[in-house]
Amino acid sequence: MADLKITALHKYYGEVHAVRGVDLEIPAGEFTVLVGPSGCGKSTLLRTIAGLEDADDGTIEIGGEVVNHLAPRNRDIAMVFQNYALYPYMNVFDNIAFGLRSRNTPKREIEPKVRRTAQMLAIGHLLDRYPRQLSGGQLQRVAIGRAVVRNARLYLFDEPLSNLDAQLRDEMRGEIKRLHQELGKTMIYVTHDQIEAMTMADRIVLLRDGKIEQAGAPLDLFERPTSKYVAGFLGSPTMNFIAARLVAAGEGLDLQLEDGTTLPLPRGRFDKLLDRRDASVILGVRPEHMSRTRPGQERPGLARLEAVIELLQPTGARTYATFNFGGTRAIAELQSHEVSAINQKIELSIDMNRVILIDPSSSAVL
Amino acid sequence: MMTLGRRRALHLGLRLAAAIALTLAFMFPIYWLFMISFKTPEEIYSFPPKWYPGHLNFGNYAVLFRDGDAVTVWNSLVVAFISTAIAMFLGSICAYSLARFATGGRQLANWIVSQRMIPPIAVVFPIFLLYVWFGLVDTYLGVILLYTAFNLPYVIWMMRGYILDIPRALEESALVDGCNRWQVIWRVVVPMCRAGLSATAIFTFVFAWNDFIFALVLTRTEVATYTVQITHYFGGQSNFWAKISAMSALGTVPIFIAMAFMQRYFVRGISLGAVKG
Repeated sequence: MADLKITALHKYYGEVHAVRGVDLEIPAGEFTVLVGPSGCGKSTLLRTIAGLEDADDGTIEIGGEVVNHLAPRNRDIAMVFQNYALYPYMNVFDNIAFGLRSRNTPKREIEPKVRRTAQMLAIGHLLDRYPRQLSGGQLQRVAIGRAVVRNARLYLFDEPLSNLDAQLRDEMRGEIKRLHQELGKTMIYVTHDQIEAMTMADRIVLLRDGKIEQAGAPLDLFERPTSKYVAGFLGSPTMNFIAARLVAAGEGLDLQLEDGTTLPLPRGRFDKLLDRRDASVILGVRPEHMSRTRPGQERPGLARLEAVIELLQPTGARTYATFNFGGTRAIAELQSHEVSAINQKIELSIDMNRVILIDPSSSAVL
Repeated sequence: MMTLGRRRALHLGLRLAAAIALTLAFMFPIYWLFMISFKTPEEIYSFPPKWYPGHLNFGNYAVLFRDGDAVTVWNSLVVAFISTAIAMFLGSICAYSLARFATGGRQLANWIVSQRMIPPIAVVFPIFLLYVWFGLVDTYLGVILLYTAFNLPYVIWMMRGYILDIPRALEESALVDGCNRWQVIWRVVVPMCRAGLSATAIFTFVFAWNDFIFALVLTRTEVATYTVQITHYFGGQSNFWAKISAMSALGTVPIFIAMAFMQRYFVRGISLGAVKG
């Protein structure tokens, strides 16, 4: 059964149409990440689910019950806020116990519940402290504790890690995912960070301008994006987009770049495009799908390309190499030992089995 | 050439001296007030003046209590305390509504605070005529109503600023965690602006406590406040300095006590407001 079902949801802020007809079903126990750039409506969507904003049109059902008219406290949800939202005048214990007390949980149940939650989040020793005495990571643990101590149907996270430094963020990411596995609860998590989305989600819902651009398992979106937008949003460094043209080559098709370079397309994979001969397309290549050609390396679907390195960005084992790809600046993610200096001339092998082709007018993946 | 350490010491010494001089200048009238109230009539009029009474003489106070004049301090306490409580309660709720729901549009708050700028003298006589009509002259109800009405704009304006400073997420978190709006106000907003509430309450109380013009026009004998009572001691033939000073001393004590208890919040409260502007 779906824990959350959203149908044709709309939300306006004055003239601004922040959520434009979202349909979404989230099965029980799933970890769903709402992701998109700032202003895409992801936080608004979450706040509308929580009841902190009123929906202007459409319905929200939680556990099969329409909750549009219900106050937040009657929706059986718990929420973690970006800025922790801890009460500075209460110690950690009281902060975590706040929701239990508001719901008249019997006193003898509160203490063990708070202690168990604090143990789970490794803040058991901080229960007597006040928020001002805690570090950012500890504050966020308390904020998460305050939400998960309650037995809610739906747990909402509004960019909970965006105030933390990178190392702490990595740590907490794992922590929240572990928590989800332990509790098995339905969680909805909002972030603008595609890495958070990829690493944490059972399912990603990618939003753009108040609409769902694509939803699905992280690897599904990563490998089978339906639009240029999705392809460009997921992955780091981002996918390279190169203008090209489909040209006939015997039975099949080849790609011709603006500088005249021809790249063979794998036979069979793009057969449905045969009637688009001579049409313009955009070639999408992920940086990690290019490598330096090794002697004797030969396999169907590999295309060769001469490249002159313009810029190198070593990250450790891998190095990002910038080069001119058919008139466009592109990045290839190479093994660090494969490249040494700028202006170096190398031959790249492009895995054409994994590239995508995009219709330039509709931005849809072909 | 002076070393840095000596210059710093000199600097500190000068500042200390200035602070002591200022404190003495401000404290002296208060000291003098209390000293007179403990003096006998002979000591009051002696020349050269005596800096302190021969012995602590509570006679001046005893007279006030015996004649029933001291009840005016009680009247002041009652009207100031009750009007402050009502103004703080109503004003804070109103401020919450303005801050969080923009009730009445963006300009309502400015309009409300502009009410505070009315000079009391411009309205006191029309109010007197109204009070005669309603039979409110010289009643607790009348004075309390007036002080409440006069303080409300101030309370609303100040509390609105303090409430705007509270992060919304704190309230939203409480809403999700099971509170309704009233519980949010009681469990989140009130503790969050405790300092602001204290500072505002003190200012409100002091306004009512110090008021003279309204009390002079709107009270007679039943609920006359101590500020009005003091004027009765200035006579055409002579001034009753003993009574004046004893009554004035009684009038300053409640403010001292209030400040002693709330100083911590008070200072934090006015400095919070200062940042807000």
